[in-house]
Amino acid sequence: MIWLAAGGPVIPTFGGRGAFACERANRLFCSDWVSRNWSSVLWPALRQHIVLTLIAVSIGFVIATALALLAYRRGWLERPVLIVTSILYTIPSLALFELLEPSFGLTRTTAEIALVSYTLLIMFRNTLTGLREVPAEVRDAAIGMGMGPTQTLLRVELPLAAPAIIAGLRIATVTVISLATVASLIDNAGLGVPILTAISNDVFKTELIVAGAMAVGLALAADALLVIAQRILTPWTRAG
Amino acid sequence: MNIQTSAQSEGSPSFSKAARLELRAVSKRYRGQERPAIPELSLEVDAGEVCVLVGPSGSGKTTALRLINRMIPLSGGDILLGGRSVLERDPSELRREIGYVIQQIGLFPHLSVADNIATVPRLLGWDRQRIAARVGELLQMVSLDPAIGGRYPAQLSGGQRQRVGVARALAADPPLMLMDEPFGAIDPINRARLQDEFKRLQAQVRKTIVFVTHDIDEAIRMGDKIAILREGGRLAQYDTPAKILTEPADEFVAEFVGADRALKRLGLETLAEIKLLEPNGAPASAGSVPRTASVRDALSQLLAEGGRPLDVVDDDGEVAGVITLELLGGLLA
Repeated sequence: MIWLAAGGPVIPTFGGRGAFACERANRLFCSDWVSRNWSSVLWPALRQHIVLTLIAVSIGFVIATALALLAYRRGWLERPVLIVTSILYTIPSLALFELLEPSFGLTRTTAEIALVSYTLLIMFRNTLTGLREVPAEVRDAAIGMGMGPTQTLLRVELPLAAPAIIAGLRIATVTVISLATVASLIDNAGLGVPILTAISNDVFKTELIVAGAMAVGLALAADALLVIAQRILTPWTRAG
Repeated sequence: MNIQTSAQSEGSPSFSKAARLELRAVSKRYRGQERPAIPELSLEVDAGEVCVLVGPSGSGKTTALRLINRMIPLSGGDILLGGRSVLERDPSELRREIGYVIQQIGLFPHLSVADNIATVPRLLGWDRQRIAARVGELLQMVSLDPAIGGRYPAQLSGGQRQRVGVARALAADPPLMLMDEPFGAIDPINRARLQDEFKRLQAQVRKTIVFVTHDIDEAIRMGDKIAILREGGRLAQYDTPAKILTEPADEFVAEFVGADRALKRLGLETLAEIKLLEPNGAPASAGSVPRTASVRDALSQLLAEGGRPLDVVDDDGEVAGVITLELLGGLLA
């Protein structure tokens, strides 16, 4: 059922009209093919991949943070949230797509719901741990100096949990970037599209390698950006 | 020293307030515990006075302290600050008026020293300029280099952190300060220095202070009044250090202050405060002792010199008088 989605528009490349020797021989890397297909295939796929990831991580971040804050105030919530998010995390992605498909069809919504569900466990657990690791005496001082619960949370607890929160965000982002290639089966967008095309075209190596490398590169770049963001947001972690 | 005089001569705005504190039949009972942590405690601390709560562990001294700023809810009785019940106040608002220093200090690791000190002024909505001026003033007051304001707590020594903690607690000029073993985590040499600095600071700011410690020597050094608590949160004696040392109320207090309580009493006074013998011309051969020394230290030196008389000298080296064993012994009578 889902595999049909990969059919999509077949990009006229390998074996197509005007193919060059490199492509005919299906060598590892044909730079001509890359430059010819960059603006029509690779760049749009990368852009879609970034959008797909940004949406999933943003929504996941909001949900996971909200759940972590609730569980931080009401300890009994931790177990049920952990159980549900763990189940979501362990469902194989293809199975999850199949589960969602009847309700949402082969749409971006289905893809995003699946991607979001994989971010929840990691970000929930990291944020909750980060909040709980705020030293008791620091919290005591905050309250003792007259901060209310919200002020304590916003001015002290969340900033101190920031390293753990960002660590969770990093793992979630890299996970989503990787899983979003599979989500291409559903919504026919992202770097999964050229990868699937390459596979269905007798494993066209150049396209497979380039699209795969782009996904890896995107993951590394996103991770690096988050590391930089953390350094800017939490300068105090490097003090002393 | 220079720093402090200059801070004063600038006509620094703001250490004006101190309030009288009254604990009226205060009790604390924890659910599921048979005995109350504090059965009934009544204490009065005059404005500008240092009251030290001292006692063995389990005597409820920290609990009593935390009842005052409502970090722990009262089970019974009332606490009046400046004549007004703390129970009528919004807890956060109340706490902004009470300086709070704890043993682990609890500086905010993600904020600079200056931002840490600015915590309560910010909560009170002071403007930027006023906060900056206040932070500078406080850093000077606790003998810290104003340049330290930009550092993070992790970049400070233990003693510096403690000073920042005190400056932070003093920031909004609170009428009352609560200090829970503030020097407990400091090594003995630095602790003595911080205690001296604290006394100098208190002479300047004249706050009402409730100070918790388990160390009777610290209590004697720091307190205008000492409240000795025993296990089970009962008040054994509440009096001046001198009174507690000369007239311990019972066996428990006598044992708690120690068998050397006579010596401890001598430690309360310096030679400048006692009547010396006239220097009768010829200098005493055994040596000399500065007039700023405590009577206890002078006695120690006398004993070390085989009990022969000592000259007491002023800052400028002038002989102000002579001390003998008989003279110091007479002080205890």
